[in-house]
Amino acid sequence: MNIAIVGGRVIDPAHDVDATTSLFVRDGIIAGLGEAPSGFMPERTINADGLVVCPGLIDLRARLREPGCEHKGTVETETRAALAGGITQLCCPPDTNPAIDTAVAAQWLIDRARSLGGAHIRPIGALTRGLNATHLADMHALHKAGCVGVGNGLMPIKDTAVLRHALEYAAGLGLLVFLTPEDPWLSQAGVMHEGRMATRLGLAGIPESAETIEISRALMLIEETGVRAHFCGISSARSAALVAEAKRRGAMVTADTPIHQLYVTEDDVGIFDTNYRLRPPARTAADRDALRAALATGTIDAVCSDHQPHEADAKERPFSDAEPGIAGLETLLPLTLRLVELGIVPLTTALAAVTARPAALLGIPAGTLAVGRCADICLYDPRTEWTPTPASVHTRGCNSPFFGTTMRGQVAMTLHEGRIAYERPGPR
Amino acid sequence: MAIEPDNAYHLRHFLTTEDLSGGAIGEILDTAESFISVGEREIKKVPLLRGKTIVNLFFEASTRTRTTFEIAGKRLSADIININTSVSSTQKGESLLDTVRNLEAMHTDLFVVRHPLSGAADLIARSVPKHVHVVNAGDGRHAHPTQGLLDMFTIRRYKGDFRRLTVAIVGDVLHSRVARSQIHALTALGTKEVRVVGPRSLLPAAVESLGVSAHTDMETGLAGADVVIMLRLQFERMSGALIPSAGEYFSLYGLTRERLARADKDAIVMHPGPMNRGLEIASDVADGPQSVILPQVTNGIAVRMAILARLAGASAGEGRTS
Repeated sequence: MNIAIVGGRVIDPAHDVDATTSLFVRDGIIAGLGEAPSGFMPERTINADGLVVCPGLIDLRARLREPGCEHKGTVETETRAALAGGITQLCCPPDTNPAIDTAVAAQWLIDRARSLGGAHIRPIGALTRGLNATHLADMHALHKAGCVGVGNGLMPIKDTAVLRHALEYAAGLGLLVFLTPEDPWLSQAGVMHEGRMATRLGLAGIPESAETIEISRALMLIEETGVRAHFCGISSARSAALVAEAKRRGAMVTADTPIHQLYVTEDDVGIFDTNYRLRPPARTAADRDALRAALATGTIDAVCSDHQPHEADAKERPFSDAEPGIAGLETLLPLTLRLVELGIVPLTTALAAVTARPAALLGIPAGTLAVGRCADICLYDPRTEWTPTPASVHTRGCNSPFFGTTMRGQVAMTLHEGRIAYERPGPR
Repeated sequence: MAIEPDNAYHLRHFLTTEDLSGGAIGEILDTAESFISVGEREIKKVPLLRGKTIVNLFFEASTRTRTTFEIAGKRLSADIININTSVSSTQKGESLLDTVRNLEAMHTDLFVVRHPLSGAADLIARSVPKHVHVVNAGDGRHAHPTQGLLDMFTIRRYKGDFRRLTVAIVGDVLHSRVARSQIHALTALGTKEVRVVGPRSLLPAAVESLGVSAHTDMETGLAGADVVIMLRLQFERMSGALIPSAGEYFSLYGLTRERLARADKDAIVMHPGPMNRGLEIASDVADGPQSVILPQVTNGIAVRMAILARLAGASAGEGRTS
């Protein structure tokens, strides 16, 4: 299908493009920017007047819950929610049940999303077999099947020798390794940041050192093995400093933080609000501010939804029994845009953090509007205010502290591989 | 989910001492004084809660608290049902809120709840209909507000004006809901100095943010104290390497006669119970002339009566519409 998108503000952070112009899509490919390719006959012309046209978002971490926890979400529900959030590609961690530890499992997920017309799944394969933290998974086979890298999800690798061998092996194959910076000994019992609020509420804390220790241990091995590694979800100022230092030393490391981490603090837990039961936990206001600064300087390469959908019951429990996480696919874009409103980063940097930067660290040809690239495009209205509610969002997840709060910036349309994959209903 | 509770919510439930002003605490203690005499009469009953159904919903073992609540309710003429759910529905996989909804469907007016997890009482309070009251009888490490207030009652009876007092809370503060409730009440009452004393591994992170000073040395922690509150070592909540041994703990933090001599000569010694004799407190101190440990228990009935009566007062004129 030939599609012309005319009159929009086209922003492509990868190529410093920010201009009101037109974009032309042919056969699933971006065929022209500004000028239509010769002989281009649009079958559909989209009036993007007043809209921003940017690359489809790339989400570094979204749990779809399938296989294993389909009552919380499925490939179908969650990849469609992604499209409604302007996300065209997403990475899913291997800690499903069963784990993504075989080529067949990875291929199944990719095919499933494709056949359902959802966002493109880029699985993260298991680093160890069944995430058992003792035997290496068939990483090469996982990579061949389409995995963008390997990791152990939320399952810790306590045995440092196993972790070292895994990193060595992955380095030899040139694979990106995703690491969750969480020392199991220090974090296991905890349910929120160890500090003033945890003391008040009598909740077991997760000290900052649970994160910095694991980052430090991993960094020593990363630098020794020369592997490319990515830290999933850093939450503290000192963690950001450790990553910044490692980058200065030339280590091949990148890092992300969940977008909500740039907004929430320990105080938000209030009186046992389980919507703020998070992993990693919301830390202090100083940590939040340092994370914002680290995003601005590029120490934090990307932000992600860290989507963890749950059924309502999973949160209607005493705080420490509640399951952690936020269903965040559909608030990733507006929360990213809010960073611009708050003066933390310019618009191109904010959009780069969910497009070009994650694409670059994954090494995938996406996250750009360059001619010749796959036509994954997000059109959003930067002025529309809307209020997400469990009933109005597409995810099966009922859990978000942002439900009921006003967001600015709403996805109007998402093109995936040149096809209109999502279009906001109602008049525009 | 969690909304900042409004005033009506405060009056409907009794969940923590954190939101109570010094004046509000004083009123409850005054009411409790008036109930003391009820226990000394031949007919120990007043009709304030006649026709009301109270469910003691205990998800964790308790002798003192459950019994004193039961006596308090009976002296107020309520009907009391005791449920120990650690051995009933929740073991069959029923969720906490489902258990409560079922009991609520039996027209319970007031729940007295104890639960091993912090925040459980708040969760229940948010889920019950408006005419139902919830009293927190201890949730995890968070709060045990009726114990906190009965301790204030005891301190006031023996020591008077809080603004002149130095109070030392000694021991396992980390796992103690009682300590948290005491600290909030003591600071609300304008206590001159509140200290927590114990090994650093049993003091919560940022404990000073609660308005107390932290001491790891027993001698300085007790120096000149007017009130010494000993806490129980909560082995059942402890994980990992928090203290080396019971012997070393007693040698550093056990309350002996020699150590007590560091405190003011008229200092009182308190313990919320159950005591571990020879572990946190020496027997001759527990049974000694400065100990008010047993009066604490007696006072618990009057204070719990005052709290139950306060909630009944809050719902006076209200009622089930059905």
